[in-house]
Amino acid sequence: MKQEGILRHAATRLLGLIPTLLVLITIAFFLIRVAPGGPFDSEKALPPEIRANLDAKYHLDEPLLQQYFRYLGQIISGDFGPSFQYKDWSVNELIAQGFPVSATLGGLAMLLAFVIGSLVGIAAALRQNSAADYSIMGVAMLGISIPNFVVAPLLILGVAVYAGWLPAGGWDWSWQRMVLPVVTLALPVIAYIARLMRGSMIEVLHSNFIRTARAKGLPERVVIRRHALKPAILPVISYMGPATAALITGSVVIERIYSIPGLGSYFVQGALNRDYTLVMGVVVFYGVVIIVLNFIVDLLYAWLNPRIRYDETQ
Amino acid sequence: MALLEVSGLEVRFDTPEGVVKAVNGMDFEVGEGETLAIVGESGAGKSQLVMAIMGLLAENGSASGVALFDGEDLMQMKPRELRGIRGRRIAMIFQDPMTSLNPYLTIEKQMIEVAMHHQGLARDEARAHAVEMLRAVRIPDPEERIRQYPHEYSGGMRQRVMIAIGLLCEPELLIADEPSTALDVTVQAQITELVGRLREQTRMSIILITHDLAAVAEVSDRIIVMYAGQMVETGTVDDIFYRPQHPYTRGLLASVPRLDRVSDDELQAIPGNPPNLLELPSGCPFRDRCSEATEGCRQPPPLWQGEGGRASRCVLPMDGGQIVAAEAVGEDGA
Repeated sequence: MKQEGILRHAATRLLGLIPTLLVLITIAFFLIRVAPGGPFDSEKALPPEIRANLDAKYHLDEPLLQQYFRYLGQIISGDFGPSFQYKDWSVNELIAQGFPVSATLGGLAMLLAFVIGSLVGIAAALRQNSAADYSIMGVAMLGISIPNFVVAPLLILGVAVYAGWLPAGGWDWSWQRMVLPVVTLALPVIAYIARLMRGSMIEVLHSNFIRTARAKGLPERVVIRRHALKPAILPVISYMGPATAALITGSVVIERIYSIPGLGSYFVQGALNRDYTLVMGVVVFYGVVIIVLNFIVDLLYAWLNPRIRYDETQ
Repeated sequence: MALLEVSGLEVRFDTPEGVVKAVNGMDFEVGEGETLAIVGESGAGKSQLVMAIMGLLAENGSASGVALFDGEDLMQMKPRELRGIRGRRIAMIFQDPMTSLNPYLTIEKQMIEVAMHHQGLARDEARAHAVEMLRAVRIPDPEERIRQYPHEYSGGMRQRVMIAIGLLCEPELLIADEPSTALDVTVQAQITELVGRLREQTRMSIILITHDLAAVAEVSDRIIVMYAGQMVETGTVDDIFYRPQHPYTRGLLASVPRLDRVSDDELQAIPGNPPNLLELPSGCPFRDRCSEATEGCRQPPPLWQGEGGRASRCVLPMDGGQIVAAEAVGEDGA
């Protein structure tokens, strides 16, 4: 009964993803075409014949609507096409190369943020309105407000340049090179999760069923762990979907600062060069990643919350 | 010696508006196997009184006084000692069964944890015991239903589950705070009947808190009528119903709908509202709503005591009673 409920819930949600993706593709496709300039514009104009040949090869000479449907047909078969800028590379290859790096960074940052943010938030909630609570929340507010392009150079300066403990940038899949970018990415998320967790834990601790648990004579740590933790963590779980997506896709700035060959770097380059296929490919790919992550979080949420599980299947 | 002896119990809440005087000097006893009903309007302090005894007041609440349970003062106990009594020797069920069970855990988990924690039972034994208790409170098909979540139970069934949880460790005292108020009328009757049956079948003492005087008539031995955090009248069920002394008690009785005099008189409501517990008036807190109030009510009312624990706090003399004390309630609020 339970399993069936979750499966049906999953199937319904999955079907709802298709229109979302279609809208995303459509908007992105026409938006990038609206931007002035094109992939083959450069300071020195190409001879008209060569330009015409290039346009014909990439179907840029067709009416826009026709190109749009051609593109749709193409990505249904999973092919994002060749990159205009990186000759000899297909967009699929570029994504395959950059995404694992970005995903590792984002995933590790999320893991770090979830564990530390939750623990800190719970600690603050259990000491509500104490000096410890206020200092934790003050630091968290700072963490949210300072942008990461400020944090990153400061960390590089302190940890890499002056102390010399870690390399300042670059990428070779070693943990030493991961620490600084992961920490930079995680800091604001730690802060946000801590605040979220504190608030929801305080709210849960005031609910009637916690009073019942206390009236049963259970030790406070059992009350927290068994009765309060699950409901208190739900808001954090639902925040994690979009947050993970933002960490994986939004590390553009961080990847630049630490010179990391992630997907973000390609995205920025693609946008600057009007590399239509690359930009579109990354947008669609990011879209799928974000949707899938949200979907996983939804499932997780339904799995944790018995009421949702049943309401949806009735 | 009574099972529970409470004396001089006060409860205060620190709020941004000032100190709320929720309970103002309560003295009472609950004997072994006795059922005591505490009756009063919402805000009379009945719930906070028992929450103080259980050590479950909100963070801004503080209690003083003495609450001897089996000779030991609950108010002086360390949290750890108190936890050993809560759920094991004193069980409590709450007003709102819809929110008093944890929606994220199965009924089974919420039941066996009590038996495992207090009685050291193994999981299987605890489960068998829990099923047995569910059967005792007449949950149909308990082996199956114990695996369900609270939202799959109706309100009345949830309250039965709460009662079953309370009974798991065979407590000496069960505190039921408005156990049927949030339920449908027909279900209310079932819960009241269940409490009545438990009272007969077990040697458990019960404190039944309610605003509904009519609901407690059949299942109680003694009644305390509370107003503005004070006892205004106490006596046996017969005393309260047939020989009410305090004007407030008479007002409560008149406001009970009665089937045996349908059209004769209208339902009588007590005019006005309970006093502001932030600034209790000196003198009798009921005087502004009392049809029999006199100038004398500006002074703290005397406490009359009679045979068998009968008492009333009013300037009006109590039949067969003696004045024992005149106490000031709003001493610092005057």
